[in-house]
This record gives sequence, C-alpha cells and structure tokens, in this order.
Amino acid sequence: MTDVVGTTALLPYSKAVAEYDPVIGLEVHVELSTASKMFCACPTAFGAAPNTQVCPTCLGLPGSLPVANRSAVDSTIKIGLALNCSIAEWCRFARKNYFYPDMPKNYQISQYDEPLCTDGWLDVEVDTQDGPRTFRVGIERVHLEEDTGKTLHVGGATGRIHGADYSLVDYNRAGIPLVEIVTKPVPGTGALAPEVARAYVTELREICRTLGVSDVRMEEGSLRCDANVSLAPRGASEWGKRTETKNVNSLRSIERAVHYEIERQAGILAAGGRVVQETRHWHEETGVTTPGRSKEEAQDYRYFPDPDLVPLAPSREWVEELRASLPELPTARRKRLTDEWALSPRDMDALVNAGALDSVEATVAAGAPPAEARKWWLGELARHANEAVTEVSALPIRPAEVARVVELVAEGKLNDQLARQVIEGVLAGDGSPDEIVAARDLAVVSDDAALGDAVDDAIAANPDIAEKVRSGKIAAAGALVGAVMKATRGQADATRVRELILARLGVSG
Amino acid sequence: MTDLTRLSASDIAATIASGEVSAVEVAQAHLDRIATVDESVHAFLHVDREGALAAARAVDSRRASGERLGSLAGVPLALKDVFTQKGVPTTCGSRILEGWRPPFDSTVVRRLRDAGVVILGKTNMDEFAMGSSTENSAYGPTRNPWNLGRIPGGSSGGSSAAVSSYQAPLGIGTDTGGSIRQPAAVTGVVGVKPTYGGVSRYGLVAFSSSLDQAGPLSRSVLDAALLHEVIAGHDPLDSTSIDAPVPPVAEAARLADVTGLRVGVVRELSGEGYQPGVEQRFHEAVELLAKLGADVVEVSCPHFVYALPAYYLIAPSECSSNLARFDGMRYGLRVGDDGTRSTEEVMALTRAAGFGPEVKRRIMLGTYALSSGYYDAYYGQAQKVRTLITRDFDLAFESVDVLVSPTTPTTAFTIGERVDDPMAMYLADLCTIPANLAGNAAMSLPCGLAPEDGLPVGLQIMAPTLADERVYRVGAAVEAALGGVWGHPLLEEAPSL
Repeated sequence: MTDVVGTTALLPYSKAVAEYDPVIGLEVHVELSTASKMFCACPTAFGAAPNTQVCPTCLGLPGSLPVANRSAVDSTIKIGLALNCSIAEWCRFARKNYFYPDMPKNYQISQYDEPLCTDGWLDVEVDTQDGPRTFRVGIERVHLEEDTGKTLHVGGATGRIHGADYSLVDYNRAGIPLVEIVTKPVPGTGALAPEVARAYVTELREICRTLGVSDVRMEEGSLRCDANVSLAPRGASEWGKRTETKNVNSLRSIERAVHYEIERQAGILAAGGRVVQETRHWHEETGVTTPGRSKEEAQDYRYFPDPDLVPLAPSREWVEELRASLPELPTARRKRLTDEWALSPRDMDALVNAGALDSVEATVAAGAPPAEARKWWLGELARHANEAVTEVSALPIRPAEVARVVELVAEGKLNDQLARQVIEGVLAGDGSPDEIVAARDLAVVSDDAALGDAVDDAIAANPDIAEKVRSGKIAAAGALVGAVMKATRGQADATRVRELILARLGVSG
Repeated sequence: MTDLTRLSASDIAATIASGEVSAVEVAQAHLDRIATVDESVHAFLHVDREGALAAARAVDSRRASGERLGSLAGVPLALKDVFTQKGVPTTCGSRILEGWRPPFDSTVVRRLRDAGVVILGKTNMDEFAMGSSTENSAYGPTRNPWNLGRIPGGSSGGSSAAVSSYQAPLGIGTDTGGSIRQPAAVTGVVGVKPTYGGVSRYGLVAFSSSLDQAGPLSRSVLDAALLHEVIAGHDPLDSTSIDAPVPPVAEAARLADVTGLRVGVVRELSGEGYQPGVEQRFHEAVELLAKLGADVVEVSCPHFVYALPAYYLIAPSECSSNLARFDGMRYGLRVGDDGTRSTEEVMALTRAAGFGPEVKRRIMLGTYALSSGYYDAYYGQAQKVRTLITRDFDLAFESVDVLVSPTTPTTAFTIGERVDDPMAMYLADLCTIPANLAGNAAMSLPCGLAPEDGLPVGLQIMAPTLADERVYRVGAAVEAALGGVWGHPLLEEAPSL
C-alpha cells in the first residue's frame, strides 16, 4: 500500500480526537551559542558571508582532526540538568555515516547509544476551559553533535536536491555545536496534543534562554523541531504507526503541524487505511505535510564510536558544580513572580508571550509597582516594539528609565499622556526621562487659574454637551475634559479639569 | 671528500653545526643522489627541490647568525606522502587526491620544520597506507634497493627504500599494522612505531584512526631516536595524543645496555609459515641478547593468533568511514560532472575511478562489518579480541621488560608475487599487528641476511605503552653487538646502485 494522502479526506479535528488518541514525541535541535565550533576554533556567528568561517577541520580536509569543545559539553550538561536528566559518567561520540554534500566528512560526529544525558522530564502547562493543566513530558536523551553545512539547491521545481540545476553549499554552519533533545512518547494529551507540543517547545526555549546556552531563534534555525505523531483508536492498547514531521520552524507551526497530522492520520484510519511510517515535510504557507524520505530508503548509518575523540567522562564534582551554577529556571521564576506580584496564571502567560518578563522584573526591581511596570511594557512599549518589528527587550530604553517615568506619574508630575511623550523621547535617544521633562518643559498643569480659561472656552464651544451635563448626564463631561486636554496639549491634570468643569456647570461629581 | 649521503643523521647534523659543510651542500648531495638512483628505485612521488634548498638555506643562515641548532638541523628527510605539507602535493598514493595541495601543515611537518630538518619530498606508499609492498600505489611500485625485483615493504615502502638507498638518512613512515616495521625489516633499516598517541596524527591522512601512528625510519638506532624526539610530544590538535613527557629515547639509544633486562620470546610468533633463514637470524639475535647479559625466556601470548582477523575488521571499518570524505565535491579528483548527472552519481563515479582495488576491498569489508545486524558479530567481536590482545601484553610485561619476535615471517617477496592473493599479502603483517591493536611501542632492527636469499631480516622489539625507550635501549645494544660481528653496518652489504 502506498501513501494515501490526497486521496483520503482529513477527519475534522473534534471528530478525530473523539475517536483516536494521539501520542506525540518531539525532537528538538538547539544550536549552542559557544564562541567557537564543536570541534575546531572557527567562530559561530550567524549571517557571515558563505564559507568564511571555515578551517581544515570543519571542512573535513584530509588529515584534519576534531577536538571537543569543553564549553559545549558544559552547556549540554546544563540543559540535561535543567531537564532533570542523569548525566553519564562516561560516554563517547559516534560517527553517523551517510553521504550528503553538506557534510564535509560524509559522516556526522554525534552520539549514539551513549548520550551525555538521559532519562529526565519537563512539566509543561497548557490552558484549558477548566483552568491550567500540567503535563509531564519525559525526556529520553540529550546528546551533543555537530551541525551540517547548509545547501542551497538552485533551479528545479522543488528547491530540493532532486531536479536542481546545481547546488551551493555553505560550510559556515558545519561543525556548530548542536544539542539534540528527544522526548519519550507522550500519551494522554488527547485533544490538547498540539498545545502540549507547543508548550513543551516554548518551555524548552525559555530554559535554554535562561541558561544562556543558545540564542534559540527559530527563524534563524538555532532551534529546530521535528514532531512525531501517531494515532490509535481510543482505548487501544497499542500505539499506531508514527510520522515524523520536519521543517516545523515556529511555535505556531508546531501546533498547526500536530493538529494537521492528527486530522490527516484520523482521515486515513477512519477510511480503513494504514498510516505509513515516514518522514514528512511541513509547509508553512499551505498548512499541510507531505511525504519526505520514504521508508524503503531508510538509511543504515553504521554508527560506531569515533576513534578520533577520547571519551567524555564528566566528574561528579564537575556535574555538581554545574548544577549549583544553574540560574533560577523559568518555571520556578514564573511561580515566584506570579505570587510576588499577585498575578493570575493568564497574566503571567501574557507577560511571557510578550517576551516582557525580564523587562518587567527589572522595572519592578528599579522601584516601580508591578502593575504599573506591566501596564507600560505590555501597552505603550509593546506597541513601539510592534511598530519597530523588534522584541520589547530590544527597545532602546532601560527598565530603570521606565521605572522613573512611573515614579513621575505617581508623583503627579506627569500624566499618562505626558508620560508617553517622555517614553517616545527616550526611545528617540533624546536623553533620560528627567532630561526630556526639563527640555520640553513638560509638567501637569493643575493650577485652577491657569485652567479656568480653557474650561470656560470648552464649555462655550460645546453648548450642547454642557447642557447634557447640566441636565444630569455627568458621563458626557468626558468630552469637555478631552477638549481641555487638547487645548492644553495634554499638560492639564485631567482629574482637576473634570472637577472644575462640573463645578462651573453646577453639578456635583 | 666524504660522500655526504653515507653519513648518519647525527653525523650530518654535527658536521653542519661545526661548519664543515653547509646544509645546502648536504641537501644538494641528497638531491643529486635522488636524481641518480630514484629512477630505478622510485621511492619519491614528489621531490620538493626548491622547498628543500630553501629550508637548508634557512638552517645555514641561522647558524651564521650564531643560533644554536637542534640535534637534526639541516638533516634531509624523506616524508611519506600521507602527511599534509602546506602547498606541497599530497596524494596518499591515490588517484583520488591527485593534484591536491593542502592548505595546512601536519603537526609532524611543523615539528620537522621547527627543528630545521630538510624535507626532500614525499615518498611512495600503498594507497592510503593499505598494503605491505607499495604495489597498491596508484603511481607504480617502489623497488627494494637490495634487489630491484623485490618489494620494499609497505605501506611506508617509499620511505624505507629512500633511507636504505642513501637518498635520505631519515624517513617518516606511518604504521597501522606494521607499515613502518615491515618495510624497515625487508630493506635492512631501523623503523619504530612509537606508543599510540606518542606522535600527533594531526595532518596524517587517516586510514584507521585508532591504529595509525607516525614514526621514524633510519639507518641507525640513535638516528631513529633523535627523529623520534623531534616529532613526538603532546599536541592539543589531536585528542588522542598523550599528554605526557616524551620517553627519553635518545638517552636510551646511547646507553645501549641490556644487562639484567628480561627479554621474552613470543612463542606464537614462530613456526609454520616462517622462512627458515628468518627464524635462524632471529634465534641468533636472541642468543646474542643472552650473551649481552639479558635474561631470555619464552612467553606465550595466546590471543596473538587472532590479531590478524581482528585487525582486518577494525581497520577496514574505520577506513570505510575515514575515506568517505573523498567524494569529488571539495578537492581532488571529480569524475562525471558533465551537467547531466546527480551529485550521488558524480560521487559514485569519482570513487569508482579514484580508488584502487585494495582500497575498495577494505571499504566494502568495513561497510559490511559496521552494518546494522552485523556490527556485534564483526566490529564488536573484533574490539573484544583487541582487549584480549592488550591483556596478553599486560600479562607478558609483568614478567619481562621487552618482547621479541621476527618482524616479518619472510624476507622481501618478489614484485607481483602476492598482488592477486590478498591473504598472502596480509600475512606479511602477522607479527607486527598485535602492537598496533594494543598501542604499545615496537621497533624493527636489521639482524642479518637470510642465507637462502641474501635479503635482510628484521628483529622486532616490543615494549609496554609509554616505555618506548626500552626498544631503543635493546635495539642499540643489539645493533652495536651485530656491528661488531659483521665489522660494518649491514647496509654496506647491499649492492650499490
């Protein structure tokens, strides 16, 4: 039987998960941000001109030899420890043999049956209608290997090697340390499988970021994910045949790809078909997966211990030192801050998803109340980041400056509108908040004499509204306040303006 | 005037240091010798005339400026074509690397340069060091200076022939299963395989990474020791290089005393298949050792009989992976790239055209041995045998200081005699392979001519890991005693070319 995709309809998701239980598994590759490559001294910076960060070793020239990067080993152990793994007392690198032009040696130095870290777990939380639910994802192994080069296939219809007119290879990436993190199969997620997959990768990314071991930028390929999915009829004791979907390069596509595979496989099973165990390719634009390498081409990688490298034997003392050096991990930190700031889990999610947790924490540390810090980072600053297509953390404003703006508002020296002007000034590079306040002569006007004329003008210019207020529709006074604020270029104290307007019109607020 | 090509390396260095001759004169004398005899010997694949003279001039100017020169400064050397040397063609005896000029120096070459050694050129070898006769070279065989119809051993046959025909006083070889010691034995010179990890493999094009080891070839034990000290030592570029002081081999070669030393004769390395003249000269050498004051005993290493089959699983397995990089994509030969063929087809055509039959045989053997479902039965089992052989050595070295055996079962065979019989060819390394599997140090030393064919016989001396100095101590003592018996170095009995 051949692959039946395209001939069998997808089964709608709700029906699919009502009839079948998905089992998911994730393989994540993380490029480490070490200064040099895994087995040579070449730099690892992203985006250099092709084939400029290469040497005899990462080009696999005859006679060259690999020497393992100590710092990459340390980073891998840290990841393993953060994922509650056991760290091997002794393990080896192995050669994975296969021919491909992006592999200079036609073998990849990896780890096979002796990975550096094994048997851990990571708890991830997903939101449900009944509140947050926690799933424990088992970690099978964490191992260290070298990345391959990058191939660009020119010409041809598919952009793949078959049918291309010619191919270009960039070996800058060849030899960059790569950590592979493989989960155990995760059963029991039911309809939440796509969310669990996404939450797992999100959490893993946060961990790697917190550990400082990788840039974990999916768009640059420093975090790459393959998603395994299989389905079995509900209640069945055996799992189904699984597919491995590659090229899943954003958090959203992980969720979508798992969702799609569940619908696709359910469609095949419901039609009495058989799921083919194969590698599949995710297409971001169309939202579907298509078959990649088929099973009959399955490779025999002829793994064997790499005789060019000595075994890794991290001493227990060293492992404990690394453990002691681990920073506070994301889960613990989120729990602590949720408590300290009296947030709901959803508030915390919003902060994390906006990438603003570090900024808010630093702003709070600089003296701002948590609610105010959140308000500015998730509101005004998030809007600026959005416009500039960058992360909030990359905006040219320091948390201490945000805290100072919050302070000026609290002291009544600025109102929100003026504060926004100050923040714009800081982002434009005009100086510190206090410098901008001074230079632009920004100050809230709350002096009744100074405001009186503006209030009178606003009432005179809007007789209809004034009449409504007099007749008791106090809410209509907002329009008059707005007019005064506009007339005073935002410098008026809005609360005082409102009081003055109501007094003039003879109503009490 | 003395023929400079007849001097030992240490004498050449002394003569240059004293100012009697210049390094350029020495280099020129050897280049002239190469021009005279190498047409018939074919030891060199590439003679680097300009590079050699430039290196010699540098030594002369260092001397002129009053610099103190190293123990081998200005001494010419023949380098096996398996080491990278920046800008100098490096073929490994294979078509697939024809025209490749490496952009970097191997550590061995860098150390030779630093020591002022003058590299004359690159010597012939069995393709990728796979063979025992140099007949597997894609560039034609090297001939044995003792008898041009015979093989010079292999795979380092170019270096052994160069040293024995006075084209160079020193040679560098590599020894994966005997490829320094066997050529040394059959050409009547000294060859040493240092302890594995003693000499950096960086820039040594790998055949079998866990077995390959570079070492010296020379016409005397002391010269080998001086060269050993130049090339050995920890190298951060080679993870398997040993981070320990270099054993005091030159001191041991000068000591040349075996009084009270316990010498074990390996029982398993004799008997059927051994040429009578080889056994005769070997036993005479053992008697001589006893006469010199050594305690000679017989020792059994029961697993040595499994060394050859284990080797022919481990070495091909590693080679099948090491040689995968030769695919025509980045350097060397490329065949079939006419715009109509896929990458895979070009790779396959290149490898089919670029590798010789012995290399292909071993790649296939190794690919099979590592295949899923066969790994445990072949590669895995061979590694267990390797452990047992190491234990045999460990046990033996509890009761003796060194082990001895013939280096090869026979003297040099005739060119063409074994090319169609790989098993017969493999037997040439029967005695040398155990030391590669266990990683310990071993030397081959000339111990006479076999009466039946008048060709050199080698005495193999094996010492424990990191006790390389012992093979020099014993070798130098035997060399001195045999020199006394013969009245001259053995090589002087070789026909002149």
